[in-house]
Amino acid sequence: MTDLTDLGIREIRDGVREGTFSAREVAEAFNAAVSSARQLNAFLVETPDHALAAADAADTARAAGETLKPLAGVPIGMKDLFCTKGVASTAASHILEGFTPQYESTVSQRLWDAGAGMLGKLNMDQFAMGSSNETSAFGNVISPWRRNDGGNAPLAPGGSSGGSSAAVSARLCPAATGTDTGGSIRQPAAFTGISGIKPTYGRCSRWGVIAFASSLDQAGPMARDVRDCAIMLEAMSGFDPKDATSLDVPVPRWEQGLNASLAGKRVGIPREYRVDNMPEEIEALWQRGIEWVKDAGAEVVEVSLPHTKYALPAYYIIAPAEASSNLARYDGVRYGKRDLPDGANLQAMYAATRAAGFGEEVKRRILIGTYVLSAGFYDAYFTQASKVRTLIAQDFDKAWESCEILLTPTAPSAAFGLGEKSDDPLAMYLNDVFTVPSSLAGLPAMSVPGGLDKHGLPLGLQVIGKALDEQGVLNAALALEERAGFVARPQAWW
Amino acid sequence: MSVDIATVKKVASLARIAIDDAHAERLVPELNNILGWVEQLGEVDTSGVAPMTAVIPNTLRLRDDVVNADPLTGGGMRDAVLANAPQAEHGFFTVPKVIE
Repeated sequence: MTDLTDLGIREIRDGVREGTFSAREVAEAFNAAVSSARQLNAFLVETPDHALAAADAADTARAAGETLKPLAGVPIGMKDLFCTKGVASTAASHILEGFTPQYESTVSQRLWDAGAGMLGKLNMDQFAMGSSNETSAFGNVISPWRRNDGGNAPLAPGGSSGGSSAAVSARLCPAATGTDTGGSIRQPAAFTGISGIKPTYGRCSRWGVIAFASSLDQAGPMARDVRDCAIMLEAMSGFDPKDATSLDVPVPRWEQGLNASLAGKRVGIPREYRVDNMPEEIEALWQRGIEWVKDAGAEVVEVSLPHTKYALPAYYIIAPAEASSNLARYDGVRYGKRDLPDGANLQAMYAATRAAGFGEEVKRRILIGTYVLSAGFYDAYFTQASKVRTLIAQDFDKAWESCEILLTPTAPSAAFGLGEKSDDPLAMYLNDVFTVPSSLAGLPAMSVPGGLDKHGLPLGLQVIGKALDEQGVLNAALALEERAGFVARPQAWW
Repeated sequence: MSVDIATVKKVASLARIAIDDAHAERLVPELNNILGWVEQLGEVDTSGVAPMTAVIPNTLRLRDDVVNADPLTGGGMRDAVLANAPQAEHGFFTVPKVIE
């Protein structure tokens, strides 16, 4: 009998529907996988009963001859940035310790409504600020991958959705939610050999998603392959009146629309993404990707995105500025932690609470954000960054005159070791060099595995599409996936 | 532009984050590194460019002008609102005394 934890969303959905196995068997297999992989520290909270209840509902519905829901019997992992009713939600920060949401985020509610169950809440970088999962207040997530050099150096699973990427690649869940502000779905997906898509800004409701940078934050699925991402994204997307920036547009049937032929499509290769000191292996991966899209029938054209080099610095003004405003709500009054030193007044309580509750990187970004928004500096920093953001979006609009899809590497390297970059914030920020521009422009973008580096670690290719053209992104990603034939997986050591 | 220790303390006070002198001192080079790097944005000619306010064109909606148009975000949720308060009394959030 196949190991049920080797199955993805589609296989589980179809197998439950056809009665090959019961949803309860699936949930039990994944619950066991979760509880036996605590060394990875991927889960902050385990919710086996939630997964079992959803599974039993699916089995009961099937026994009664009812039409099964789209994700009936599929247990998933939930990034701890999503508020889940009655289940602790901390954004991996001490400041939210003890917080139990009284409501369910729209995206997680949609997944439960589609029949999915929850295996647990996934570890992440604190408030989604980080690229290695090292800023979590509850410990690093250890990537299930190891270099093939015989050393057992613990590697970063990427971030900020590092619990999600580790859990999916280690077969602790068939899929997980992620969120992406500057690359937090795509870079961890690339580091762990899985797929992940950040949809167009506004596709997935932000209601109930703990806010980092509201003009950039987008939820999306992380799963084993492109089809599973399409299935899960369909369930997560849709208009929500409770999010002022939610898009009131129909959700296409992305799974049904999958088509790996790129005949008649033009794929753009942005020349500015050839950054200095890019490892040869990344360059070679990109070349392979170019051959694959050609093989799928696409015409490859070179395009220019002239303001690419300014995307990261603009992002590191805009995102901290928005974060400093969003995180002002953690005041020790309404929820979470309160630190009240003896004799402290209200202001001292705020300052003590925030000093004790926020991690170093979160404080750093709040301070940067506060500085760039302060009187006298606002125009020089924040307004200028917002203007550069307009130019970056215009670069993409211009590129769309000569192509429908862009192809780039996802990250400038394979996974690095834990601790290798954590002392140098700037070096860490540079990890997002290829993912941030599309975030700033609100465009859909996806990472799919493209191969292994010389140490046997996964590398990802990124596909960027026009606003609302998730179908085009998924199709190009599928064409890459079919040709990459990526089957590598981490050998269980945990 | 670069920050000195006095500026770091001022910003931390604006952000309501308590920091001691040693921490402030450590932050000076860290923040200056980041600020020095983002200053390359000054090279970009943005004359005549409007700052971005919305990545995807969208119009702001008005909800129906009725009480509890959405029961979940409407009124009458006092207990749920207070459920996570570090300290709540008599149906209110409580804080240290602010008026002598």
